[in-house]
Amino acid sequence: MFEQFMDQPVLPTVWFCVVGFFWIGYVILDGFDLGVGMLMGRIFSRDEKERRLLLNTIGPVWDGNEVWLVTAGAATFAAFPMWYAALFSALYLPLTLLLLALILRAVSIEYRGKGSGQRWSSRWNALMVGSSTAIAFLIGAALALTTTGLPLNTNGDRVGGPFAWVTWPAVLGGVAMVGFCLVHALAFVALKTDGQVRHRARTLLVRLLPVALLPAAAWVLILQFRGGTPLSWAFTALAVLGGVLAWVAAVSGREGRAFAGLAVFIGAGMLAIFLALYPAVLPSTLAGGLDLEIATASSSAYTLRVMTVVGAIGVPVLLIYQSWTYWVFRKRLSTAHIPEAHSVTELATRPSVR
Amino acid sequence: MDIVEIARWQFGITTVYHFMMVPLTLGLGLVVALFNVLWVRTGRHEYLRLTKFWGKLFLINFIMGVATGLVQEFQFGMAWSEYSRFVGDVFGAPLAMEGLLAFFVESTFLGLWIFGWGRLKPKIHAACLMAAVVASWFSAYFIIVANSWMQHPVGYEIVDGRPVLNDIWAVLTNNTAMVAFPHAIFGSVAVAGSFLLGIAWYKLWKRRVRGIDTVDAQGRVVVGSLETGAEDRADHGIWLRSLRLGCLLGVIGFAGTAFTGHAQAQLMYEQQPLKMAAAEAACHDGTAFSVLTISSPGSRDCDDVNALIELPGLLSFLANENFHTDVPGITTLEPQYEEMYGTNLADDDLYGDRAGSEISYVPLMEVTYWGFRVMIGFGGLAAVACVFAWWITRRGTVPEAKWLMRLAVFGILAPFGANIAGWVFTEMGRQPFVVAPNPDLPLDQRVYMFTEAAVSPNASPWELIFSLASLCLIYLVLMVVEVYLIAKYVRSGVVAAMPELVEEEHDDDDDDSRRDVLSFAY
Repeated sequence: MFEQFMDQPVLPTVWFCVVGFFWIGYVILDGFDLGVGMLMGRIFSRDEKERRLLLNTIGPVWDGNEVWLVTAGAATFAAFPMWYAALFSALYLPLTLLLLALILRAVSIEYRGKGSGQRWSSRWNALMVGSSTAIAFLIGAALALTTTGLPLNTNGDRVGGPFAWVTWPAVLGGVAMVGFCLVHALAFVALKTDGQVRHRARTLLVRLLPVALLPAAAWVLILQFRGGTPLSWAFTALAVLGGVLAWVAAVSGREGRAFAGLAVFIGAGMLAIFLALYPAVLPSTLAGGLDLEIATASSSAYTLRVMTVVGAIGVPVLLIYQSWTYWVFRKRLSTAHIPEAHSVTELATRPSVR
Repeated sequence: MDIVEIARWQFGITTVYHFMMVPLTLGLGLVVALFNVLWVRTGRHEYLRLTKFWGKLFLINFIMGVATGLVQEFQFGMAWSEYSRFVGDVFGAPLAMEGLLAFFVESTFLGLWIFGWGRLKPKIHAACLMAAVVASWFSAYFIIVANSWMQHPVGYEIVDGRPVLNDIWAVLTNNTAMVAFPHAIFGSVAVAGSFLLGIAWYKLWKRRVRGIDTVDAQGRVVVGSLETGAEDRADHGIWLRSLRLGCLLGVIGFAGTAFTGHAQAQLMYEQQPLKMAAAEAACHDGTAFSVLTISSPGSRDCDDVNALIELPGLLSFLANENFHTDVPGITTLEPQYEEMYGTNLADDDLYGDRAGSEISYVPLMEVTYWGFRVMIGFGGLAAVACVFAWWITRRGTVPEAKWLMRLAVFGILAPFGANIAGWVFTEMGRQPFVVAPNPDLPLDQRVYMFTEAAVSPNASPWELIFSLASLCLIYLVLMVVEVYLIAKYVRSGVVAAMPELVEEEHDDDDDDSRRDVLSFAY
């Protein structure tokens, strides 16, 4: 089952796993948090108080979740500079859009409640919904492209112009990520809230789940048929199992299990994708182009050893304190917990408390 | 338009913009953590008010730093892929360490602090903020380590023409980073100082013109109180304390930047002598520091440079700590560089249509010369303002003069200007190199890269123009929003961050449900 690892160098394989770990961690953690952003649209949430309730379920954790993306990017740079350089420069336009969306989302979370009047908050809210959707789509597209390949020349540079990345795998990956984020967020909201919002999220989760996971499942299966190994097929089966269990749990109203099942679905699914890709990290779709593989794309053994020490210290500690954050803010929230919104200018005119 | 030019403008603009948020985050974080700890230790209410008010402004600014920081990390791969390939073995490591060891801690613990009011024990709550602030300083350290490697590469060997890391400790303790890091931290402290000073001055001035505070015959303050908006007697103490702390930080920050800056100048003289010469517009060897030098605009030609006012010996002191050793000028250095690194770019695919063109080793002298002086000038001005503010508020409040208030508020910009000028100077002064050669090493072991070779070969001008234009547009809008929000919260005062200081308009909620309401929510 593990023979696929035998002919490959050890340290790059370790770092392939670490980088995969950060990408998977990012998709599991920021996935629901992006989905909550999408749910803040009018279709799901009925009024401003509900939107604020949704925002506050991710309030304490969203920034920490986003750092998984930063670290996934930086770890790719440190361990596989050739992969980082080829992928990021090939995806120049989509990553520009991703950055714009990330900027707008961060700012709209912090600023939406700080203005005055309904127009202010509804504009920032629209930005939140739009940017959350765009981020999910673009991350999905980028990950799908690194797993299915880009037109790269012998130097690892993209040929075919700025739009060479617009392909059907990109669209499939984008839609897959948006669909997954939506249902993962519904499970999260059902788990973290109480009252009408919880009820609505549960109902919608049961209805949406089977459909929303299909594109992601398709992406996993395509990779398996292209380069599946026994191990990657095993994870594919685990992913399917996770998805099915999530749906069963959703139907029987077990919110925690539904959330965990979905995490297993995407975690195992992405593992299956990466394992089917291994030892490639970014194949070229051109004949004679540079297929980036772990051995050719990676940093030197010394750099990887240094980074392994840093990771061995940093990652466990990180997991402890981030878990603690989720523990501290484990309580369910309902609209009754959300304080009244204040206009700060008006506060200054109220009588002081003696 | 040349693709290298667009990519450089983009990197410059996005980095300078990011570095407007960063020093305020680094400096103000320290201030808020200090107030929070004082509150936990003394239990005095005014410290709670100070923590909450400055904490609010800190967060408004922090988020912009986070949002714009992402652009930096992505840009290396997007627009500078040849650079990333060339240096990735060394340069990626400090960036990854920054994410894993610093930025994670910063973001997670700040989230805990923001939402932890009333949920965590006060000591643990304050410790969360301390963790976030310390992590933000570590974050700055790792980034400066990465930057310093571009100024002074160490800890590597050359394998197949590329630098390969062989000593991480050398990279982490690069002497360039060891002086640049405290320099940036003291610069941030100065930014926080002027920020506190300007805002506290405005609030004290507002209390005076509204007649809340008055002065007696000796000019001593008579503190008053309003019935609304928590503008009570304690409010005066909040602002006076903030103002005094701001003055103190401003002076400490300036003194610290002066000392570390001096150490930097000495290193620069050894490591990047042409940058030093260009900072001085020093064409010929000499010992004098230029106070005013003029030349025709855009010139890199020494024949056009005229030194009008000079201080004899000072340049030699900056570089060598004596008054008589000649500091080499451009006419001496340029031929040396040409001999070592060539007169023309190689005929290599890396350079695209720039291959074979002539190399100018002299940075744009107007930028380096004035960048250096604007940095020192604005830094010094801010420090003088701090001393003056301390003296003029010795009787407990600020004068009623409106122009002085305006000066204090606009003075907030001075240390920002100094920070920006300093970065522009040091980065533009490194040109034409993106990785400058390290003269401590034998010539055949020196790694260096021309900026012309660093850009992504596949990037088209239109992609870059699109990203540059859209980032500039969003940055501009967000700058207006940030300043608007800060101004709004400042006008409303402490009560904006502590609604509990004023009475609720409607008091019809029953007690049970109110007990569960979060003490902080977005």
